[in-house]
Amino acid sequence: MSSKEKIKYLKLSGLEPMIVSAETNFINVGERTNVAGSRKFLRLVKEEKFDEALDIARHQVEGGAQVIDINMDDGLIDGKDAMVRFLNLIMAEPDIARVPIMIDSSKWEIIEAGLQVVQGKCVVNSISLKEGEEEFIAHAKAIKRYGAAVIVMAFDEVGQADNYDRRIEISKRSYDILVHQLNFPPEDIIFDLNIFPVATGMEEHRKNAVDFIEATRWVRKNLAHCSVSGGVSNVSFSFRGNNVVREAMHSVFLYHAIKAGMNMGIVNPAMLEVYDDIPKDLLEHVEDVILDRRDDATERLLDFAESVKGTTKERVVDLSWREEPLQDRITRALVKGIDQYITEDVEEARLAADKPIEVIEGNLMTGMNVVGDLFGSGKMFLPQVVKSARVMKKAVAYLLPFIEEEKKQNAISGETIKENDSNGRILMATVKGDVHDIGKNIVSVVLGCNNYEIVDLGVMVPPEKIIQTAIDEQVDIIGLSGLITPSLDEMVHLAKEMERKNFNIPLLIGGATTSKAHTAVKIDPQYKNAVVHVNDASRAVTVVGDLLNKRSNQKYVGDLKEDYEKFRNGFLKRTKQKEYLTIEEARKNKYSIDWQNSEIITPKELGVKIIEDFDLKKLEPYIDWTPFFRSWDLHGKYPAILSDNVVGEQATSLFKDAQELLQKVFEEKLLGAKAVYGLFEANTVDDDDIEVSTEQGSFKFRTLRQQLKKHASKPNFALSDFIAPKESGIQDYIGCFCVSTGFGTKELAEAFEKDHDDYNSIMIKALADRLAEAFAEYLHKKIRTDDWGYAKDEELSNEELIKEVYKGIRPAPGYPACPDHLEKITIWELLQVNEQIGVELTESLAMWPAASVSGYYFGNSEARYFGLGKIKEDQVRDFAKRKSIDHQYAEKWLSPNILD
Amino acid sequence: MKDIQKILEERILVLDGAMGTMLQRYKFTEEDFRGERFKDWTIPVQGNNDLLSITQPEAIKEVHRLYFEAGADIVETNTFSGTTIAMADYEMEELVYELNYQSAKIAKEVADEFTEKEPDKPRFVAGSIGPTNRTASMSPDVNDPGFRAVTFEELRVAYKQQVEALLDGGADILLVETIFDTLNAKAALFAIEEVKDERSIEVPIMISGTITDASGRTLSGQTAEAFLISVSHIPMLSVGFNCALGASQLTPHLEVLSQKSSFGISAHPNAGLPNAFGEYDETPEQMAEQIKEYMDKSLVNIIGGCCGTTPEHIKAIADLAKQYKPRSVEVTV
Repeated sequence: MSSKEKIKYLKLSGLEPMIVSAETNFINVGERTNVAGSRKFLRLVKEEKFDEALDIARHQVEGGAQVIDINMDDGLIDGKDAMVRFLNLIMAEPDIARVPIMIDSSKWEIIEAGLQVVQGKCVVNSISLKEGEEEFIAHAKAIKRYGAAVIVMAFDEVGQADNYDRRIEISKRSYDILVHQLNFPPEDIIFDLNIFPVATGMEEHRKNAVDFIEATRWVRKNLAHCSVSGGVSNVSFSFRGNNVVREAMHSVFLYHAIKAGMNMGIVNPAMLEVYDDIPKDLLEHVEDVILDRRDDATERLLDFAESVKGTTKERVVDLSWREEPLQDRITRALVKGIDQYITEDVEEARLAADKPIEVIEGNLMTGMNVVGDLFGSGKMFLPQVVKSARVMKKAVAYLLPFIEEEKKQNAISGETIKENDSNGRILMATVKGDVHDIGKNIVSVVLGCNNYEIVDLGVMVPPEKIIQTAIDEQVDIIGLSGLITPSLDEMVHLAKEMERKNFNIPLLIGGATTSKAHTAVKIDPQYKNAVVHVNDASRAVTVVGDLLNKRSNQKYVGDLKEDYEKFRNGFLKRTKQKEYLTIEEARKNKYSIDWQNSEIITPKELGVKIIEDFDLKKLEPYIDWTPFFRSWDLHGKYPAILSDNVVGEQATSLFKDAQELLQKVFEEKLLGAKAVYGLFEANTVDDDDIEVSTEQGSFKFRTLRQQLKKHASKPNFALSDFIAPKESGIQDYIGCFCVSTGFGTKELAEAFEKDHDDYNSIMIKALADRLAEAFAEYLHKKIRTDDWGYAKDEELSNEELIKEVYKGIRPAPGYPACPDHLEKITIWELLQVNEQIGVELTESLAMWPAASVSGYYFGNSEARYFGLGKIKEDQVRDFAKRKSIDHQYAEKWLSPNILD
Repeated sequence: MKDIQKILEERILVLDGAMGTMLQRYKFTEEDFRGERFKDWTIPVQGNNDLLSITQPEAIKEVHRLYFEAGADIVETNTFSGTTIAMADYEMEELVYELNYQSAKIAKEVADEFTEKEPDKPRFVAGSIGPTNRTASMSPDVNDPGFRAVTFEELRVAYKQQVEALLDGGADILLVETIFDTLNAKAALFAIEEVKDERSIEVPIMISGTITDASGRTLSGQTAEAFLISVSHIPMLSVGFNCALGASQLTPHLEVLSQKSSFGISAHPNAGLPNAFGEYDETPEQMAEQIKEYMDKSLVNIIGGCCGTTPEHIKAIADLAKQYKPRSVEVTV
């Protein structure tokens, strides 16, 4: 092989790529899904328990198998059928299908059937010259056309290669046919050079391992681009029953074979000892056998084996890092988020330092800089950083009394102490009327970790307080957060105030309803300095760094302003192209249900009901975890996210912590859950209003109608379209509800914060939010199947619930179908929410406690979710008139949806 | 005629834009779709755009002409649904050979007109091979994930018929496009290789996948790189992405292909993302502005448009492409 030729790597794929390069070292092939390799798998396939068989595949992937070998060769199984069925099922499981498949069979028809159902690039295991060249060539051609790589066994017409020369002879011949005759890509060839047992007592087996290793070296050197694989457990076959020796043999064999170039193989990770952890005496005996270093190697190992037989390994937490130097220990504790030893390490550092403050500025900041670098380069994820912050806070809390004491001493002696030298001071607040603070807290913690001083004003902060604090504390940046739509206006207002007061510091905008578009169009023009939309914590660090970099920030701010202006102009230009209908026209194009033939179910019982002291544990199956991970900046669908290549490990660890706290919440009843809901007679009146009759009297919900001009036959929806109009003479029904699982959240979060545990403080809020959503889901199901009972027979999985495949809808004021929050007031009056269960509305109509959900129930099978989109001024006026409210007041509340 | 592989190394080639968007302008009625020949067809055929190659060939030719005039080097045949599998909806399986043959033939006629007028800018016809309306590696039934509505073998047979007809009709290139399930595409590639082998010919092949959403994956769940690896066993003129996303959303995925592949890279994105009505409202200037990023970054060798694009879009793109050198392609074996 010419040394100049570029090495081509074996590339495989499942849903994700897998490239066998020099850096990948060794690819571990899982073989638990092989009927010859796993008795359990064989039994499950025989009994057609494919679901459980899938679990085996999943465990392998979770356990680190990078390719999974699937083999259905058994006399009692229809191998072709089983292969196709199992592969089809695997393809539907993204957490398994992400890795490439090795299709393993001695029957060509099974291999071909397998190749026809897998979209990724597979490995065929295997072909050989055993039946002659003709068949070998035919199969290789087909494999190439199917786009798979291939394992070539060192086997020919004469038999299996069992020494060095035969291995080389057969692999060379196979290579020449494949590469030179068939143009088969050499990087797609993997040689299985036959791993045979050693220490069998037979003279001719002595060199089995050495020959394999040396043949591997030859193949990798002489057959360009090829890989070498093998089944490792064979080598220790003669020591069955003695796992200590077998594990050592496997790792010794692999150690040398990998050095020689073996880059793939089937290894059971549970049957592998760490090479460096093998006791020296055992290592010597095993290496003697594997490398055939002594005539009496086998006898000596057999004798020695007796002495180690049966010693079971104890798995203990590795505490060796505790022996390392002090700074390494502190850094490790911060990076790994281990708070167990931090006070003792900090105490050691304090005793060694001149002043206690030096421990913070020196030891701890050194560690946090490592954390910052790792986070910045994507090697650490948000939950880890928050854990690091927990350790940091504990350490600082321990040091504070010493620092205070020193200050006193210095005051007496007249010396001044240097102020803590932070990168900058940042004010963080959730705006007036809004109670949501998970995102804000995460950003605060992350910035805190990066040595910014955070002035956190909490939630529902009035603008005057933000302005005054910014002046008093001389902050360098203000960060605003909000989740509900009225908060957007608060942010605009604050930007105006900053301009009026002639501020000259940047403003950061974040939170779920905020967007670059809103920031650019509505906030940025109000204020001369930078207004930056930042929606994740990792970006916050770089943005703040750039904003406060004294050398380059002027240019950065200039660029930002320019960028936002460009974005704004582009956005305005774009939206103007759309056409809108007048509200009258839109009403004419309403969605019409054929009421005479529409099935309307009368609820079992009308009126208001209350649920108190609800057992939260019942909600566990209803939790939608995906948004939980999103709130921690981990993006991906649950449960696939747990095995994600990039964030999987972190997601798993976060999930474990969440489960722990959740179980504690369940067991100790830490959170209170309450609900109030009601079902009422209702009819639509005047197109867009829903008239609700209750014992207390009559209420009206004012719905809003889409006004975008649509394609012919597409209606302009309003929620009122889903309720029978009064003039139809048909009695229809509506429901509304409010659930909360937030009682106690604030107290718990505060307790955690007091303990310097921001991680769990954020965690409990995130969990409470999830539980509230789950409660809404649970209650909706109860309504559908019991109280209202229009879908008595439905059987939906949680996944289907999350995908909203149920009949009827439960839109919530403030969300796309009814973005107007004002209707919450009507729900509150109708259900007496505050009086009955104590959930309050803030001045921006956010619910308090924050972990609450409220909304309507529509039961018609044609009811659907939609987004209102932009509405025109005429509807705003009409809405104000219908509601008998001031036009400007209506405009204020509807502003995010009003067409500019 | 000059070898297209050679031209690809010299300049950025321009592919045409949407056929469907242009045909909508004709507002063809059910009767127009049927023409004289299918006036008694038992089921409605309106919406079967491929059929128009037979019943309204002048309209199809006109669209090809407009795209060539706008500066396209390659037009796609009007055969996106030209397989027995996709034609089953109209009970027109029997017509598949003729549809493909005819579509290739009329496209080639227009291409030849232009090549004759402008011999130093030869025009090409790419036989469009769509994904069909079934997926080979996903179940349409959520309760039965192991079920498949179509097999590899059924796809291979259907694609082979389409490929033969397209080549017989005069297609210069085969374009396997809008791939949402890589297994379907592999069946098409398998069929193409069979035809190449049986006829002892070489045909330039373009492959174009579809990233369906912001997850950055195909509908069948593969990442851009996994997709590339899964189809790289066949020598290709180009590999790329089309449809589903607008030009700027496609950039990161094209970057992956451009870095990891030694084949030519193609892109024919939509005119932005559909608005609330499902319409594409990105103007030619807006689209060209985004495509400029591909050029600045040297990401592509072939560029065109998918849903919502018109000759005006292609003209804007072609004018831009002229000013740039193509991404350098390593010679592949």
